[in-house]
Amino acid sequence: MELKKLVTANAGEKLFLLGNESAVRGAIEAGVSVAATYPGTPSSEIGSILYLLAKDANMYFEFSVNEKVAMEVAATAATSGIRSFTFMKHVGLNVASDSFMTTAYTGVNGGMVILTADDPSMFSSQNEQDNRHYGRLAKMPILEPSNPQEIKDMMIYAFDFSEKFKIPVIIRTTTRVSHMRGIVEIGEIRKLDNNAFNNEIIVNNTSYINDKDSHWKKGYFNKNPSQYIPVPANSAVMHKDLVLKLEEIKKVVNSSDFNIIYSKTPNNSNNSNNSINSLKLGVISSGSAFNYVWDVVNGYDLDLDILKLGFTYPFPEELILDFVKDLDGVFIVEEVDPIMEKELLAVLGKNSINIPVFGKLNNVFPLIYEFTPDIIHTSFKNVFDSINNANCDNNLNLFEIADEFSNKSLYICYDGVNEACDEIASDEIIDLMDSLPNRPPTLCAGCGHRSAYFAVKKAGEELGIDEKDMIFASDIGCYTLGVSPPYETADYLLAMGSSVGDGGGFSKATNQVVLSFIGDSTFFHSGIAPLINGVHNKDNFVLTILDNRTTAMTGGQPNPGLPVDGMGSVAPEISIEKIATAAGCEFVKTVNPLNLKKTVELYKEAIEYDGVAVIIAKHPCTLIKGQVKRKPMEVDYEKCSNCLDCINLLACPAISLIDGKVVIDYFACKGCTTCTQMCKERAIKVKRD
Amino acid sequence: MITNKNDSNLNNNGNTHNLNINEFIKDEKFFNDSYTIFICGVGGQGIIKTSVIIGDAAIAEGYNVVMSEIHGMSQRGGVVSTELKIGNFKSSIIEESQADMILGFEPVEVVRSLNKGNTDTKIVFNTNPIIPPNINSQKNSYPDIGRVVKTLKDNYPYVYNIDGDKLAQEAGSIMTLNMVLLGAATGENSFPLSKESIISSMKDNLKENFHEMNLKAIEKGFGSVKSQL
Repeated sequence: MELKKLVTANAGEKLFLLGNESAVRGAIEAGVSVAATYPGTPSSEIGSILYLLAKDANMYFEFSVNEKVAMEVAATAATSGIRSFTFMKHVGLNVASDSFMTTAYTGVNGGMVILTADDPSMFSSQNEQDNRHYGRLAKMPILEPSNPQEIKDMMIYAFDFSEKFKIPVIIRTTTRVSHMRGIVEIGEIRKLDNNAFNNEIIVNNTSYINDKDSHWKKGYFNKNPSQYIPVPANSAVMHKDLVLKLEEIKKVVNSSDFNIIYSKTPNNSNNSNNSINSLKLGVISSGSAFNYVWDVVNGYDLDLDILKLGFTYPFPEELILDFVKDLDGVFIVEEVDPIMEKELLAVLGKNSINIPVFGKLNNVFPLIYEFTPDIIHTSFKNVFDSINNANCDNNLNLFEIADEFSNKSLYICYDGVNEACDEIASDEIIDLMDSLPNRPPTLCAGCGHRSAYFAVKKAGEELGIDEKDMIFASDIGCYTLGVSPPYETADYLLAMGSSVGDGGGFSKATNQVVLSFIGDSTFFHSGIAPLINGVHNKDNFVLTILDNRTTAMTGGQPNPGLPVDGMGSVAPEISIEKIATAAGCEFVKTVNPLNLKKTVELYKEAIEYDGVAVIIAKHPCTLIKGQVKRKPMEVDYEKCSNCLDCINLLACPAISLIDGKVVIDYFACKGCTTCTQMCKERAIKVKRD
Repeated sequence: MITNKNDSNLNNNGNTHNLNINEFIKDEKFFNDSYTIFICGVGGQGIIKTSVIIGDAAIAEGYNVVMSEIHGMSQRGGVVSTELKIGNFKSSIIEESQADMILGFEPVEVVRSLNKGNTDTKIVFNTNPIIPPNINSQKNSYPDIGRVVKTLKDNYPYVYNIDGDKLAQEAGSIMTLNMVLLGAATGENSFPLSKESIISSMKDNLKENFHEMNLKAIEKGFGSVKSQL
């Protein structure tokens, strides 16, 4: 499918869309005028697609410098009466959280949707925080889609809802929903300038019309300091209004179309003599977890009613009461934290309903990591087995079963992954499976980060510094892969931009050599303020800005260091060198890390410098398209002493040991010459044609 | 294998079963009306594109289909896998030992994913290895390919080993490796979609100037499995 179809597809067409593609179509159908993000997996593709489509979709789109700015861009657009969309990975909302918290107070006029993509099991993240907590923290409604179709449906619903209640709405996805493909039925694109847009954008009795220069609809900001300036006197009123608003929203969630009960027709449930039949159990679930529940209940034909919650906050109390009224016990299945479980227990307690809840809090479901059908299958089976073994036939006995699980040891995570295989597979297969090498992600062939890491370690070695005395403060990006051998150039990492503040901190806390590494995009994101802090507080560390001219790890989005904006238009290029100089650094030097000798010398100089030394290691990412292909390298076997330094110290995907000989893969080699320069025997040279 | 093309849900499922089962018994109708494929390999091999082509072909034949794909960090030379589930499913993850087919782009990755299979699983795979770049700093070495193929053949009845790199070169470019494997999967008797709809979906998803070469690659993979049946 061509991505352009996300704009051109007709209503009724059915496309096989990724969750993130469906989010884009949702934004288009909802008539979003302004969208902003900072790239982060699992939400990255939304931005990468809008980069290509925004102009055709009558949308302004930007890759903001960080998530907080993206939040502010979206909030001001929505306040000005147009629809806005901001999206980010779960930890991105941490960055945006300061402004995010206040948007619930100030409210919006045009619809505003905040999509947060959580990453259970941490496929590409530093933690697996559950961002549903943020909805509760900010008192902002949350929708949780389970599949791509629902992402689109919920986007459209959320914009209308946001406009109606004048509050931003959170859509919480997870990796398995954002990166799930499914059939999505395309809907109509909302006509711009229709009456659904509120009267706030009518100025002096005339409707404010889009200016000719922009391809997106513009709004109009009507001043109202008591609503938009949260000084204490105002915010006290705003908080009260927000609580009242939430009370109104609570009435709506109970009848939301996104909260659905799937029930089986109990036409022959009395056929069996088994006393267990008198027990009736149900399941409450949301998001991806619901999919597993549904497949297991269907695949094994279990007699369980399911309440699927899509509108999950505020918690739909009346609907819950209605669902549990005939049940003897209820399962609650959610990823990651037992948030709804606690709400459920509160609802049951408040209404004096005495039925057991089987969830994370009593060790029925594992506490962390994403769920799978196997986890759900096993957990259901464990409870069912207990019921059958105990010959449990009434609600009181069921409490004993629940207690039995409560008394078990903490169920942290599921580890029965290979059980099914072991039952089937022979010892021979198990031996083979146990002897496999790992395949961790690695720096690409020709990546400048590899050369920079090699050079800094070489410099340390030449200066006689023990490796344990060199602290590598790392950051978020491809260069975090330096954590693995043979580089081992990542010792400490907290968050985006943390390498700079950590560098300063370590230089105050220890006398070790401190080396911070950050990428160009991450430096713009949150590295500048701590650099100023470091210079001002007379810290002593080397900051390397690995400027590979893109935001590589998330798929190659532009950043302020490039002369292009979020819609592919020409934009001012911001100089990292000038920023570092303006921050007060007196040691600011740019080097091409592929020049090993020069880079090693520069590192020696920087390490010996007293103060904050900034090295800008500038070399474009090899994944950027349209670069001139350099000639690949080859090994001169007459000179090669088989010391294997190239293999052992570089771990380049293009160099392998085949039948005891070093072999360079001509297709994979990018001709960076790092191996040529580091080879003591000078046995690697440009391949002859 | 697949007969039920409607997305029925619990509401219109007339069968009621009770809690009185000591072991969960599989609902044969639910599982027989479906086909699941676990596709695995290494970042950059064209696995996701191949999976989307199969998914689109399934839709064209009127089936429901869901698919899971992993992006991000794993793309930097790491393991990449997708899971395709054709039939009345909502979740895009295949239960342990439930895959009808494992389509492997790389031999070690096939072995790594065997927990998704059972003895009825059709294992179609490329025998050309991609050796992890940090292999020398690892405890385990890369296993001998002969041993991998033999062990698989000795233990699983439906194993089809494809010299994918060679067939791709013959088709015109190593870049067509994914099309060779797509053709190979299509050649297995249990594969529920027709070669015609796979080819038509390939044409919808890939640039026209490569259609001829890709077509050759699909035919080569298809033929390679047919010759092993």
